[in-house]
Amino acid sequence: MQASKRRSRIPTHVLVFLAPAILLYTIFMVMPLINSLRLSFFELGPQNQQTFAGLQNYIRLFSDSNFAPFFWRALRNNFVFFAVHMLVQNPIGLMLAALLAEGGALRSFFRTVIFMPTVLSVVIIGFIWQLILNPLWGVAEGMLDAVGLGAWFGPWLGKPETALVTVSLISVWQFVGIPMILFYAALIGIPDELTEAARVDGATAWDTFWRIKFPLILPTVGIVGVLTFVGNFNAFDLIYTMKGANAGPDFATDIMGTLFYRTFFGQQLQLGNPTMGATVAAMMFLIILTGVLLYMFLWARRVQTYDL
Amino acid sequence: MRSTSLTQLRYSLGRILPVVILTIYAIIALFPIVMIIMNSFKARKAIFGAPFQFPTSETFSLIGYETVTERASFHLYFLNSAIVTFAALVLTLLIGAMAAFALAEYDFPGNALTALYLSIGIMIPIRLGTVGILRLMVDLSLVNTLLGLILIYVAQSLPMTIFILSQFMRQVPKDLKDAARIDGASEYHIFGMVLPLVRPALGAIGIFTMIPIWNDLWFPLIIAPSTKTATVTLGVQQFLGQWVSDWNAVLSSLTLAMIPILLLYIVFSRQMIRSITAGAIK
Repeated sequence: MQASKRRSRIPTHVLVFLAPAILLYTIFMVMPLINSLRLSFFELGPQNQQTFAGLQNYIRLFSDSNFAPFFWRALRNNFVFFAVHMLVQNPIGLMLAALLAEGGALRSFFRTVIFMPTVLSVVIIGFIWQLILNPLWGVAEGMLDAVGLGAWFGPWLGKPETALVTVSLISVWQFVGIPMILFYAALIGIPDELTEAARVDGATAWDTFWRIKFPLILPTVGIVGVLTFVGNFNAFDLIYTMKGANAGPDFATDIMGTLFYRTFFGQQLQLGNPTMGATVAAMMFLIILTGVLLYMFLWARRVQTYDL
Repeated sequence: MRSTSLTQLRYSLGRILPVVILTIYAIIALFPIVMIIMNSFKARKAIFGAPFQFPTSETFSLIGYETVTERASFHLYFLNSAIVTFAALVLTLLIGAMAAFALAEYDFPGNALTALYLSIGIMIPIRLGTVGILRLMVDLSLVNTLLGLILIYVAQSLPMTIFILSQFMRQVPKDLKDAARIDGASEYHIFGMVLPLVRPALGAIGIFTMIPIWNDLWFPLIIAPSTKTATVTLGVQQFLGQWVSDWNAVLSSLTLAMIPILLLYIVFSRQMIRSITAGAIK
């Protein structure tokens, strides 16, 4: 009764407009996501029969010696990956945006060129950098030599101590265009009147930026932060391309994405395990959700949005 | 006198320094890409002997491209990528525009709830549902089909498309639609009338939808890994895995994979960047 009454209040054409999107989105995104989460509470028997296992999979993930060391390492590596992006990518993006926003004849040329790596496939970027950093080819070494830093060069991708940071920096190189363009859009949206007064008072460009412009673009800073956090968990493609599913050397570049792939599909010595794979995915889901909620309640609410 | 020259110095430094920094960064962004393209046209000896030199008449060679066209089914990969990307794009824009129109135009019960339901997909990556998606694809016998990939990409692209398009559709003047309604136009006609008015937004969203689909490795690898359905990204990944030691082939296949998206980017970059900045200024 209630339902039919409700339905009669939604005109047919609205249903026609909405139905395809809702159906496709529900069938191919929401339901699989819910099913994956559900599967993390089940175990598969030898005949592929599902039995309810409660939190057993999670306990295994956190404490079983076959899973726990990998899980904690992947989680830690993911946070290192995230930290490198927050500390290197976003500040550089902000700096480039501030310089671009100052104007100049070549502005659109610089914008286009710096954003270019972002549109290329991560697979291509991964191979390009593998070649550039390959000691056999010696391009990176030659470049460093040219500026007198040749002695610094080493097989960065091959050493466990440097591989993760190297891969993170390659990702930074590729995606710095995204924070740049978002900050740039926010900066050129600030009306001139707001900075004019400061300039008349003799404030330097540096002061004007940090005292006036930066506080005004804080909402964008938050958005860039949360986008960086979520994007972090999609970083599978780069690691898989450069280091394979085993995220070598010695799992030094293993992140949640590669761990998920290996757990789900298996690797040389280990069979794939869909329910444990679903458990890893569920943990990623929880971490992303926590990050997004923290952003929404701690950052987005406190930071004032100015209507410019 | 002295202080004016100092101010002048500071002024000109303030003008030059940004250009210097931006130039250095532009070189950092470009040089790896240029290195690959440049060296793909050189003979093996020159690739290693003089990597920083442009190909000359002596070092010029297309041997890599010959190997690639012989050994890899690049034309098939390109065709697969083009089909998947184009179909997903058209479906996303059409279905997304319909839903965005409904959300922007009509005040029906559950409007806000529907918008919220759809926006979950903006924040949660679809990859987290991979276990469920693979099972669904097996049940529907869509494994190793391009259709399977297309459906996933449409679902993945819809939330953002609807979110952005509904904002643009709210800006279409009401008078226009009301006048058409008085003339007896159906709601479907009005949708057809509004669609061309948001064409710039459709274009920008189209490019931003296309790029991640064309570039995706994850779903082709998991849902459609067969050689018949491999996309460019997956094809390059697998081809390069086998040919690591043939530098000519590696460099040329990377160049081949880059060129279409780079050309597209160079043609559309202005609109693309303008659409982001315009959205922010508004």
